[in-house]
Formats: sequence, C-alpha cells, structure tokens
Amino acid sequence: MVVFDRPKSLSPVPFHYCPGCTHGIVHRLVAEALDELDICGKAVGIAPVGCSVFAYNYFECDMIEAAHGRAPAVATGVKRTHPDNIVFTYQGDGDLAAIGTAETVHVGARGENITIIFINNCIYGMTGGQMAPTTLPGQVTTTSPYGRDRRIQGSPIHVCEMLSTLDGVAYAERVAVNTVPNIKKAKKAIVKAFQNQIDKKGLSIVEVLSTCPTNWGMTPEAALKWVETDMIPFYPLGVYKDTDVKLLNPTSTKEGN
Amino acid sequence: MNKVTFSEDLCKGCGLCASVCPKKIIALDREKLNKKGYHPAGITDQSKCIACAMCATICPDVVIKVEKE
Amino acid sequence: MAKKVLMKGNEAIAEAAIKSGCLYFFGYPITPQTEISEYMAKRMPKVGGLCLQAESEISAINMVMGAAASGTRCLTSSSSPGVSLKSEGISYIVGCDLPCVIVNVQRGGPGLGGIQPSQQDYYQATKANGHGDEQIIVLAPASVQEMAQLTSEAFDLADIYRMPAMILADGALGQMMEPVDFELTSKREIPEKTWATNGTEGKRPKNIINSLYMNPNDLEDSIIARYKRYDEVAEKETKYEEYKCDDADIVIVSYGITARICKTAIAAARAKGIKVGLLRPITLWPYPKKPLLKLADSAKHFLVVELNMGQMVDDVKVATECKKPVSFFGRTGGVIPSPADVLAEIEKIAGGLN
Repeated sequence: MVVFDRPKSLSPVPFHYCPGCTHGIVHRLVAEALDELDICGKAVGIAPVGCSVFAYNYFECDMIEAAHGRAPAVATGVKRTHPDNIVFTYQGDGDLAAIGTAETVHVGARGENITIIFINNCIYGMTGGQMAPTTLPGQVTTTSPYGRDRRIQGSPIHVCEMLSTLDGVAYAERVAVNTVPNIKKAKKAIVKAFQNQIDKKGLSIVEVLSTCPTNWGMTPEAALKWVETDMIPFYPLGVYKDTDVKLLNPTSTKEGN
Repeated sequence: MNKVTFSEDLCKGCGLCASVCPKKIIALDREKLNKKGYHPAGITDQSKCIACAMCATICPDVVIKVEKE
Repeated sequence: MAKKVLMKGNEAIAEAAIKSGCLYFFGYPITPQTEISEYMAKRMPKVGGLCLQAESEISAINMVMGAAASGTRCLTSSSSPGVSLKSEGISYIVGCDLPCVIVNVQRGGPGLGGIQPSQQDYYQATKANGHGDEQIIVLAPASVQEMAQLTSEAFDLADIYRMPAMILADGALGQMMEPVDFELTSKREIPEKTWATNGTEGKRPKNIINSLYMNPNDLEDSIIARYKRYDEVAEKETKYEEYKCDDADIVIVSYGITARICKTAIAAARAKGIKVGLLRPITLWPYPKKPLLKLADSAKHFLVVELNMGQMVDDVKVATECKKPVSFFGRTGGVIPSPADVLAEIEKIAGGLN
C-alpha cells in the first residue's frame, strides 16, 4: 500500500531549486491539493518572476509566466473570462509585497475568487539574496549588509494581517513548512484555499514561511530551525481571516451581472 | 516489510530526511555521488522503517516513495 | 444605406470592439480616453461582458495578458502616460505571442504634458513600445468611422498574427462626433486558439504561456520566428491612402487628424494651381514604404506634417531613400495647426520648386 508518492499534478521533472529549499515542499503540497480536489484539468497557474518563475515546468496544469508583481492581475484576466477555471498564483515575497503590492491589495479589495500561494522567505532568492519587504529587522542580506535597520530601510510587511483588513479577502492564513507537523497544517490550508475558490468564497491567500539556505548562508537543517527561532515569532502562524465573502464577481457572458 | 525507495538522481543531499527520521535509519551515502554530484540519501536499515513517511514529507525534491506492507 | 449613428470617436472604438466579439475591457481613467471606459461600463453588462477598472494601467495590461492567454478577445485603452506604464506588459504580451488590442488616445507629452491632442507617441508606438526586439501593429484612424473600422480590423489582425494591435488615435478624434456605420466591421478567418491556457480538462497536454527562455538560442529562435511573421504582416497588411498624388509635385505625408487638415490645405493649394497630394499611412507599423519609394520618382518634394517635432520624418527619408528632399511642418504640445498654416508651408515649398 503506497503511503507516500509523487502527486500526479506535479510534473515528473527535477526542481531547479537549491538543496533544502522548501519551495519544493510547497510545490508538492499544491500538486497534492490539485490531485485531491481533482481540479488539475481546470487549473491555470500563474507564476511570476522569482525563484519560482520556472513553476510552469513543474505543474501539469496550464501555466502562465507573468511579469514581476503582476500575477494577481494576470490571474484576474483569466478568472474573469473563465470563471469555471481554478486559477492560482504562486508568488514570492519580493514579488507580492514589493513591486506587486498594488496588485496584491486590489485583488483582495476586488475579492477576486482566486487562490494565492505566497512564499515568504524574507529575501529575494533568485537575484542572489537581497533585502525583501519581509526581511527581518537586523537580518543581513546583500542589500542590508549591516543588518536591516528600520530607520533606514523601514519595517517588514505582515501580509496576512494587512490583507485580512480587506473585505474581499475570504481566507488568509500563515503557515510554515519547517517541520513535518507544520507541513501537514500547511497542506490543509492550501487545500482549503483551493476549496474556497471552488465554493466561490472570494480571495484566499496562504502565506508560507519558507527557507532560503543558500542566501541565508545556512545549511538546510539550520534554515528550518531559523524559521522556528526567528521567523515564526515575527510572523505568527495562524488564521487571520476565514469568512465567505459571497462576493460573486460579475464575470463572464454566462453569468452577466 | 515497509519499503522506502529513493529516486536517487533527484536527491540534492540536503539531509532533511535524515534529520526528521524518528528511527534514524536514513543517511547520505558518502561513498557515492549521484548524477547531480550529490551524496544521495538512503535507508541504512529497511527493517526498522515504520513507514511514517516523515522523510518523504520533508523532502523538498519529492525523492522518496513510501510503501507500507 | 446602412444605419449611421452619430458618435464620439472614443465611443465608436468601444462599440466596435463589442461588435467584434470583445466582451472584456480592462481600463483606467485618463483624459482624453476615459469615455471608452465609461461607455464600456454602461454597455458591457448589457451584452454579458465585463468592464473592469484596474488599479493602474500596469495592472490593466496584465489583466489583458491573462484574458488573452486564456484565449479571449480583450481590450485596454489609455492615453500617452498610461501607455508608457503599459510598456513592460506589452513587451510580455509580444514575447508570449498573445493577441490583444490596445488603444492610445494621445495627449500632449512628455511627462504630464497636456490634455490636448497630439501625435507625440509615434516613436513609442512604432519603435519602442516595450523592451526587446518587438513590434506591434499600429493603426492610425483619421475619422470616427475609421476609429470603429480599424478597431474591428485590429482584433482580426491581432488574432491572425498573434500579436498586439494598437489603435493610435488622438484627443481630437477621441472627442469629436461623426456618423459611424458599424456594418463595415472586419470579418476574417480567425485561427483556433489551441495554445490558450484555459484548462487542459484532461484532454490535451498542458499549454504554457511564457516569454522566458534561459537558453539564448531558443530565445533567438523565437524572435526570428516572430520577425518572419512581421514580414508577413508587412507584406499583406500594410494600409495607406493616396490622395491626388498622381500628378503631385509635392507629396504631403501625414496621418490621423493632421491628414484631414492637410486635405483642406491641398484643396486650397490646388485651387492656386499647386500640384500637391497626400500619402496617408493607415498602418504606421507596418509602414507604407513601397508607395513612398514609388512616389519618390514622380514627386519633387515630400512634406511631413505631424502633431509632434517630426517623429515620422526619418521613416519618410528611409522609405524614399532620400531621393527627394523631405521637410517637416508641425505643431506640438497640443497645438493644432490650421489648414492655412499648412497651405503657407506648401506655398513656400512650391515657391522654392519653381
């Protein structure tokens, strides 16, 4: 009896991610959700610029590679014209909380009925470890070489808390994938975020605290611990919003408005 | 007997599986390099495996398949 | 006689889009094109379509990218500064080989510029609408009828050649009212969008819409393939109007609203015995090079007339291979020349020719 195997919605190809980078875990959880809800055939994934820009190689559903920060807008274009499709974005913190902040806020304000998988690893990974909006105070990166100083580089953004204030946001939960129990909880949240979309509840976002061993300058195992000791205290896990917005967007020709 | 199989060439030797195995029966094979040039992880004593799949759960590269007898 | 409707240029674009099967509009307010959004906001719900106002022109063009990627006809419109914001999105849409229609109702620039009509985005539209080796089809209407007609054609061209098509209008054409006959909308064979990302439904391999190629050879191949399509567009879709050029000593080259001003000046000049004609590009890309080169044999002088500082002059020189002198007359910043101003320029040139 198979207890654990590669989900079908995950393409049988190796990931390009660094050793120990937990992007791979989250990819698997998303694919498991697509399998379990049997929505891979309906799904359209949008991955913008960032370490996950190659996500179009990793999922078996239709995929779009979007401009940096613009995945929520691209997703809106897909969802509004094809409301029966299950549309999800898979974005990093530099993407969602820096250049794409307007798109992030307004996709929430509009209550777009899509699912956002948001990877928060406190850094810009693909470009080699620069400070991100989520970089912790005091955290050293290539563009905060003396540690992030709030007086100069401002303070981190708590995305789940911010988005939970928007009426159009139905579900916002922050999870982590640094331990097996946390991964199991993250899985539940991701499945719920997709189920919400099926039930047309409004915008669902799962913020996943994730690691970046290479740019944090840590071993994979130490990186998982750093999530526990430094990230989670700053970014508390939990559900920040869980409602049914019932904001059925007037979408396509079928539904009119 | 429970069976754990590693798609060896997908492994990047990150060691996370070994770090979570409750039975401490996973280790990187220091004698071998896989196609990517990493020391692949493997089971040291299959008989002690309880098929809890914690190794597979934490593996970032979906290297591990777990079967319970 | 088909039924004509008195309509603003902006609204004619919107109605023509709907009549071309475009039921998705993503906009953002900016003078002088906002009536397009307002018209769509009223009309789209009635035809089961969607008019969505985005949080920025950047977001709007990316919504267009999503809709286009899923195989849906869609439109966005803006004006000069807003089109600048869209340039990255346009480049992505080109790089992904996606069809869409983009309207630029030009206003004075640079910067906030002004809200009066202008043609100061000629370079942007035909030379640099986004980064990278890329072009988009650029259509320049000169009447409210053409605002409708070219919009309809733009949707077909975009779908057939899988690239954006831009309607490059100006504030005057956008705001003025003229009768429009919507029956003239384009009806061409449109290829099926098998590449669209609208869900495999388990019936086909996945589609990927992407402009990223890590292997430079793959990227180069994709660009070269696109440029072959551009040659085909140039070969088959170049459009222009030749007006009284057969015996013309002076040929004016002008498009859009200025071409109409020039026609009035031509009539006045002809009345004074000056043989002057007009070549009006309708597609600014692909540019009508052939007819201009031919005219370079018969004409003695080319006069380029634009609402900018002469952005099209070089194209005319290149097209005519500088066989004949090419001079420029224009106003910019939103100032519109009168026919008398153009006539004076024609007479100056005619004087020089005798």
